[in-house]
Order: sequence, then C-alpha cells, then structure tokens
Amino acid sequence: MAEPLLEVNDLRTYFSTEEGIVRAVDGISFTLDRQERLGIVGESGSGKSVTAMSIMRLIEPPAGEVVTGTITFKGRNLLEYDEADMQDIRGGQIAMIFQDPMTALNPVYTIGDQLMETIMLHQKVSRKEAYDIALTAIEDVQIPGAKSRMETYPHELSGGMRQRIMIAMGLSCNPDLLIADEPTTALDVTTQAQIMDLMLHLADERGTAVMLITHDLGVVAGFCDNVQVMYGGGIVEKGTVGQLFANPQHPYTWGLLGSLARMDEEEQHRLRSVRGAPPSLINLPSGCRFRPRCDFAVDVCAQAFPLLRDSGEPGQESACHRANELDLKSIVQEEEVTA
Amino acid sequence: MTDTRGAGERLEELDAVEGLAVEPITQWDLFWTRLRRHRLAMVAAGVLTFMVLLVVLAPLLPFEDPTQRLLDDTGRTLRNIGPRGGILFGTDELGRDVLSRVVYGGRASLIVGGVTGALVCTMGTLVGSIAGYYPGPVDQSLMRFTDLVLGLPLLPVAIVVGRILPDVEWLPSWVGDGPIGIALLLGFLSWGGLARIVRAEFLSLREKEFVEAARAAGANDRRIVFRHILPNAISPIIVQTTLIVGIAIIVEAALSFLGFGIPPPTPTWGGIVSEGGRIAVRGFWWQLVFGGTALVVTVLSINFLGDGLRDALDPTQTIERK
Repeated sequence: MAEPLLEVNDLRTYFSTEEGIVRAVDGISFTLDRQERLGIVGESGSGKSVTAMSIMRLIEPPAGEVVTGTITFKGRNLLEYDEADMQDIRGGQIAMIFQDPMTALNPVYTIGDQLMETIMLHQKVSRKEAYDIALTAIEDVQIPGAKSRMETYPHELSGGMRQRIMIAMGLSCNPDLLIADEPTTALDVTTQAQIMDLMLHLADERGTAVMLITHDLGVVAGFCDNVQVMYGGGIVEKGTVGQLFANPQHPYTWGLLGSLARMDEEEQHRLRSVRGAPPSLINLPSGCRFRPRCDFAVDVCAQAFPLLRDSGEPGQESACHRANELDLKSIVQEEEVTA
Repeated sequence: MTDTRGAGERLEELDAVEGLAVEPITQWDLFWTRLRRHRLAMVAAGVLTFMVLLVVLAPLLPFEDPTQRLLDDTGRTLRNIGPRGGILFGTDELGRDVLSRVVYGGRASLIVGGVTGALVCTMGTLVGSIAGYYPGPVDQSLMRFTDLVLGLPLLPVAIVVGRILPDVEWLPSWVGDGPIGIALLLGFLSWGGLARIVRAEFLSLREKEFVEAARAAGANDRRIVFRHILPNAISPIIVQTTLIVGIAIIVEAALSFLGFGIPPPTPTWGGIVSEGGRIAVRGFWWQLVFGGTALVVTVLSINFLGDGLRDALDPTQTIERK
C-alpha cells in the first residue's frame, strides 16, 4: 500500500484555562491519502478546527499545546519541525482556507499584494513572475476582470469573491494538502455550491488532497469521498460517505442524520433532534462521551471508553459498545411505523 | 454553475478601451480626499510648512543676527524699541531684534518637537508592538518598564537630568546643551503612552483572522508584526505622535521659561516668553506677544493637523468636518 500523505496518530491537544484543562482534541488517529477528499464533521466544540490547527502547528503555547501524538506528513513528523521549516510547509505544502473570508484578508493591502506575498514566500520568483502567477490564480477562480481585481482592496469585494481569493491564495503554490475550515459557512447557499465546486475542481486539477471541516452534512455528502464524525474531541465514526449516510453505526451519527431534512428520501419522517448539549471538555463524562445524550446507553457505556472498531461494512469504524447489536437503520423504520 | 468567465472577458475588453475603465480608489486617495476636506487641518498644514521653511531657510533670509544688539546711527544700543518700520517686532532689553529671535527660537522648538516625536514614535511603536505580540513574560516585563517610565514626573526629572547632562564628559557637547539633548531627554521620558496604545492595538489585531491566515500562509513573526499588523495600527500612532510633538514644544518652552532649557544667548521661544513676561509689566509688550503667539500658533497647528489626520485615517468616519 502506498504511504499516505498524512497520518495522524493519537493526537491530543489540550488547552489550559482557569477552570481546568480543556481536552479539545483527545486521542484521534486518521490517515489521508493523496488526492483524497476527507470530510470532518461535528458540532461546535467537537475539536474539528483544533485538529486542523494542530496539523498546521498554529496552536500557540502557553494557551494550548499538542500533548502527545504524531502528525506524519510525507513520512516526517511535523511536530518535530522547527518554526522556520514549518513556515515553509505552511502555505507551501499545506494550505489553509478559513471560515470567514470577511476577516481573513488584511484590509490594508490590495488583493494582488496579498496573493503575491504568499507566492513569493514559497516560490523563488521575481515580482513580475509572481504578478503573473497571481493573475492566473485569480482567473482560475473565475473572477472577472483579473487585472483590475489585483488593485482592489478586500472591502470592495463580496464575501463569495473574497472566499474565491482565499482559494486562489491557498492553491497558488500547488500544495499537497488543502485544509478548508468551514469554507462556506459565512456564505449563502447558492454561493456555497459554486465555491465548493470550484475549490474541489481546482484541487483535483492540481492533485491536492482536501480536508474539509464542516458542520454541514449536506456539503460532506456532496463533495467528499470519506468522512469522519467528531464528538467531544474524539472520532466516533468513520467510513466512506456512502456507508455513513446509508448505514450509520454510531448513535450520534444516526442522530445527526435524523435531524437532517433530506431530499433523496421518498417517505416522509419526523426530524429527530439529538437531545442535550455538547459535553464540557473539562469534565468529560465517564466511559462513552456521548452517553448522557444517547438513547441506547447501557451500563457498560458508563464504565468503559469505547474505542474505534470495525463495524458495519468493511472499512467502516465506529466507537460504540453497542454498534454491532444495534440496528440503527431499522429503528428509523420502526419509528415511522409507530408514528 | 453559471459561466462568469464570459462576463470576465467582456470586462477585460472594456478595460482595454481607454476611458471606460473604472479607476479603483485606493485607501491613500480616500485619505487625501478626507484630509483636504478638513479645512482647519489644511490651514494648520500650511502654517506649519511656512514655519518649517522659515526656520530652515533663516540664515539665507535678511534677518538680523539674533544674538547681536542693534545700534542706532550714533552707536547707542536700541533697547526696548516698539514695533516699527524696519524693526517689525521691536527689540528686546538687550537691543536684539525680536523678529529674528522668534524665527531662530523656532529652530530650537521645532527641532525639539520633531526629534522628540521621531524618538517617541520609534520607541513607543517598538516596545508596544513587541509587548502586544508576545504575551506572557516579554509583555509583562516591557509593560512594567513602561509603567516605570510613565511614573516619572516629566518636569522635575527633565530639570535634574538636564542639569547633569552637560557635565557628563563622555557625551558629545551637542547632546549636553543643545535642543537635540533636550529632545532626546523628553523623548525617553514620554514614549510610555504611545507604547500602551500600540500594545492595545496589537492585542486586538493579533487575534484577527487575517493574522492567522498570514501565519497559515507561512509568514514569520517579523513579517506578521511589521507587514500585517503594524499598518493596521498606523492611525493611533500618527495621532499620538502629533500630540507628543506639540507637548514637547510646550515642555521645552516651560524648561526655558524656568531657566533650565537651552542656555542663552541661543534664542528659544520659552526664553523669549520668559524674558518678555518680565519686561511686559513695564509696558514693553511686544516680545511676550510675538514670542507667545509663535508658540501658541505652532502648537495649535500641530494639534489641528493631528485632529485632521485622525479623522482622515478613520475609515468609519462619514460626516465631513468643514
């Protein structure tokens, strides 16, 4: 088997606060192959963004710290890099697109300046060459009038345009991995689809793997190959998009899917909600972290922490003690019968 | 997805047709437009330009020597002569031309203002940036040092240190008793306020997403501080610096007034006002009035210009001052 592009192993990122230690990411492991599109789903505070920040090594001590784990990128552990080497990786080999394009661009520089800055940081090119690369990058993200756009300031552009610029910036150095942290959350739905299409199309052209962080299951269903669901700082389920949506193995995934209005189902059913609130990452519940909110919790759930194990179809994994005995898919049908 | 490329190409074509392209307005253009609409600031800028030119070009202009007494035809000293043709501002107690003394006195004041401003701007920005960007021990130690400097009473320390400086042997003489020496002294005593302001700006700006985005794009600390954060903090720095320039000129005048400034016979505005005040009670008002006016007009102009700069640099300001 070919070596994966990125391999995260038992990553733990903790933040120390006055109330105690926040275990934002608590022992996650996953791999990402070249050109793979991986979706990371979860509600706010489940550790999605912190995972991304940890990979980019943007967690700043003393506030937060990667406590243990390895992040192997192209065969080398990123956590052992010094800051100068890391600066070459960031933007050059791993690029990141942020959630809010309104604030991710520096208001005092023109679009062209900012694009050229990134390009010249990572490629040994003259100003003239950088200008040409930036111009092509703007054309690639289908912004009309690239030449005049180079001279405009961020506040003169709409949100969708700015996110396109961020994508242009992220992909301008042909990175191996693009981390998109909720890239479409701040945009309206029609723009969302265009931006996602554009981003993934460009990523495919360049052979860039994409790690898409989102809380929007619809976006994941439409654009990703594989998906992993995070809850309370850990991964509770992973599999291909098809497996996960058709046959969820973890009650949390099942709950999330049940709360989603789906256009591809012919039968109508009542939307469910996942009761309760996300756990405090300082005082995590014993055993399974989802237990207090789970409809199927039994004694063992309070005693032992469930590890990810094969469940459902081949390649699918779930961190639930009862994954194999519960048949979540049919529970939906039973509910519909009784309703 | 809709095809925006067609529209893009059409726009490019339009760009190519001369005269149709829309010139983008830069921040710089906006800044100038707003500053030009601020009448008071423009008048102030004019006054200051005039002052600076006058002071710099003084040796080339037909002014009397500010340290030599004027003599009449019979060789008598013209003491305390009121303003008249040829001696526009009159003469002082020692018979020196007041106009010339006011102009040359402006040299000391403007040098003190300018050098103090430059020093405060540099030190305050540097200390404030570093403290604001590196939280923890670096920030703590720098800010406690700033508190210490802020705690020093300006006039007493300036008087005492100013007295000692000329006697320090290893210092070059121009530091000891010239305007530069006073400027350095005032500069080192008054950068604290700006450092605090810059630190506060940095604390809020360093959390902005564009800073994180810059870091994610591989920028190092120096680049983030100087290229990404500092330009966003420029307006409070400019405003505070102009205020400091005005204050420095006043403090220099106060020191000279108290007799601890630049030693005579070098003219300074503070010295002129001090002497002028003493003889004004005997009816010789001109020295006090002309010296004082020069001082007040200059400081007011600097403050008005600072006001205009603040308004022009504030992008949220929409109501124009007339």
